[in-house]
Amino acid sequence: MDLTVNIGQLKLKNPVMTASGTFGYGEEYSEFVDLNMLGAIVVKGISLKPMDGNPSPRICETPCGMLNAIGLQNIGLKRFLKEKLPYLRKFDTKVVVNILGNTIYEYVKLSKTLDEAGVDGIELNVSCPNVKKGGIIFGTDKKTLTRLISKVRQSVKKAILITKLSPNVSNIQGFSKVAEDAGSDAVSLINTITGMAIDVETRKPRLANITGGLSGPAIKPIALRMVWEASKVVKIPVIGIGGIMNAEDAIEFMLAGATAIEVGTANFVNPGVTVEIINGLEAYLRKKDIYDVKKLIGGMYRA
Amino acid sequence: MSRYFRAKVTDNLPLNSKTNLLFIEPLEQIINPVPGQFYMIETGNSYDPLLKRPFSYFRKTSEGIQFLYAIKGKGTSLMRHFKGGDAINIIGPLGTCYPKPEKDSIPLIVAGGIGIASVFPLIEKLSEKAYVLYGAKNKDEILIPNELKWIVDKLIITTDDGSFGEKGTVIDVLNDFLASHFSLLTSYLIYACGPKPLLKAISEIAVDKGIKGYVSLEENMACGFGACLGCAVKTIYGYKRVCKEGPVFPIEEIVW
Repeated sequence: MDLTVNIGQLKLKNPVMTASGTFGYGEEYSEFVDLNMLGAIVVKGISLKPMDGNPSPRICETPCGMLNAIGLQNIGLKRFLKEKLPYLRKFDTKVVVNILGNTIYEYVKLSKTLDEAGVDGIELNVSCPNVKKGGIIFGTDKKTLTRLISKVRQSVKKAILITKLSPNVSNIQGFSKVAEDAGSDAVSLINTITGMAIDVETRKPRLANITGGLSGPAIKPIALRMVWEASKVVKIPVIGIGGIMNAEDAIEFMLAGATAIEVGTANFVNPGVTVEIINGLEAYLRKKDIYDVKKLIGGMYRA
Repeated sequence: MSRYFRAKVTDNLPLNSKTNLLFIEPLEQIINPVPGQFYMIETGNSYDPLLKRPFSYFRKTSEGIQFLYAIKGKGTSLMRHFKGGDAINIIGPLGTCYPKPEKDSIPLIVAGGIGIASVFPLIEKLSEKAYVLYGAKNKDEILIPNELKWIVDKLIITTDDGSFGEKGTVIDVLNDFLASHFSLLTSYLIYACGPKPLLKAISEIAVDKGIKGYVSLEENMACGFGACLGCAVKTIYGYKRVCKEGPVFPIEEIVW
C-alpha cells in the first residue's frame, strides 16, 4: 500500500496534514495522536513578534460549524524556534510552519529564518480574516500577492512553499494561478469564510471581533468546489482544507483534485481524528483494490 | 490511559426544570480528577452541535463520574435526552484544580447557581473546616440542599426572593459574613464559582479586603485542551486559556 504523496520536492508518508491554528504546536495533541503517523504537522501561524490575539468571546458555535476570531495569537518566531521546533523535530513527520506578517519584509524574514532552521515547509498565511492589518491584504490583491510570493521564493532555499488561499475572493482560480506563477510549490485552500452571528437576547455580536472565520462541516461543499476549480487551472499540488471530519471527506477532496488534505476543526471535536482518517483512507483503498493513494487525486468520474 | 475516552450513560436525573444530574460510567481506564477540573462532553452524534461542551465534574465515585448541568442551549437540551445505555465520547479531566488551602487558612467556598457543581468536590474534601455560602434565584434553583446540609455544618444558603434560606444575594451574605468575622479576615481563602458578575463582585471584595482566593471561570471553548485558543481570558499577565491555565485562577489575576 503506497500512501505517499509529493508536495513539490517534499515527500509525505501520507496525505493527512493538520490545519494551522487547530493543532497548536503539535505538543497539545501528543497524548491523543502518535505524531509520527501524520503526513505533516502544520503549526499555529507564527509572526515575527508575539501577538496577543483578540478579546473574548473569540469563538462561537453555529450550525455544523464554528466562528472564530482568535486574532492570530502566537508566541512569535524567537520562542517558536527555541521552545517548539526542537520538540517537533523529535518526530518522524514533516513540519510545516504557517507564517504571517504585516509587510513583505516580515514574511521574507520569517521564511528565511525558518528555512535556515530546517523546517520542511512554509505555508504563507495570506488569508486570515480576523486581523486588521496584514494577512488578507496580500491574499485578496493579485499584484501584492505576486510580489509577496516572489520575494519569499527568493529567500527560501530548501523548504517547500505553500500559499494558503482565502475563499473570500470572487475568483479562486485567478489567485491559484497567481500563486503558481509567482513560484509557490503548492496552494492550500480554503481558509475560513468570513461570517458573523448575533445574540438576539442581548443584541450583541457573538464574537467580540463581530466577524470571524467560519469553519467545520458547514463549509465543506464550498471548499470542495474551490479545490476542484483550483486544481483544474494549476499544475502544482492543491492541498484541500475545509470541514474534513473523516476519511470519506478526505477522499472526496482528493477525488476533487487535492494531492493532500489538512484536517482542522475536527481536531477539536476528536483529538485523535487524524489517525482515524489515515486508517480509514487505507481501508478504503484496500476495499477498492487501489494500492496507490495518488490514484485518487482528481479521480472524480464525470456524471 | 487516555484523556479521550468512551463512557456509558447510567442515569440522567432531572433535579428541576432546568438542571439534570448525569451519571456516566467510563468504558476504559481513566485518570482521576481533582476538584475544579472539567470534562468536554459530546452532546450527540451529529454535526449540529459540532463541539463538545465543558462541564466541571460534580462527583467521582468508584462507579463513575457525575455531572450537574444546567439546560441552557442546543447542546444541553440534547443532553437532557441522554438515557441509560447511551455511549458518549468524553475528554478529561482537563484544566487546573482548586489548590489546597494552607494549614492555618480557613476555606470560604462561595457558589452562585450552577457554580455549585464545580465547588462540590472541594466542599466534600474540606467539609470539616470550610464555610460554604451558596446562593440562587429561588427555592427551585437551590440544588441538592439536603446533601449539602449533611456534608457541611457551616453552610449558608440564600435566595434572591427569600423562598429558601436567607433572603438576598450571595454577595449580601458574603459581605455580612466578612463583617461579622472581621478579626480573622486575612485567614480566609475564597474559592468561588458562579456567573461572571458574581465572580467579579467577589474579586472586588477580596482585593479590597486583602483576602486571597481562587475563582473558576467559564468561556466558550472548542477543544478544552489548549489548542484552539478560543477560551482566552484577560489576566494581569496577558491572555490565558481558561481550559489550560484555568479554569481556576488566583482571584487577583483576572482583569474583569
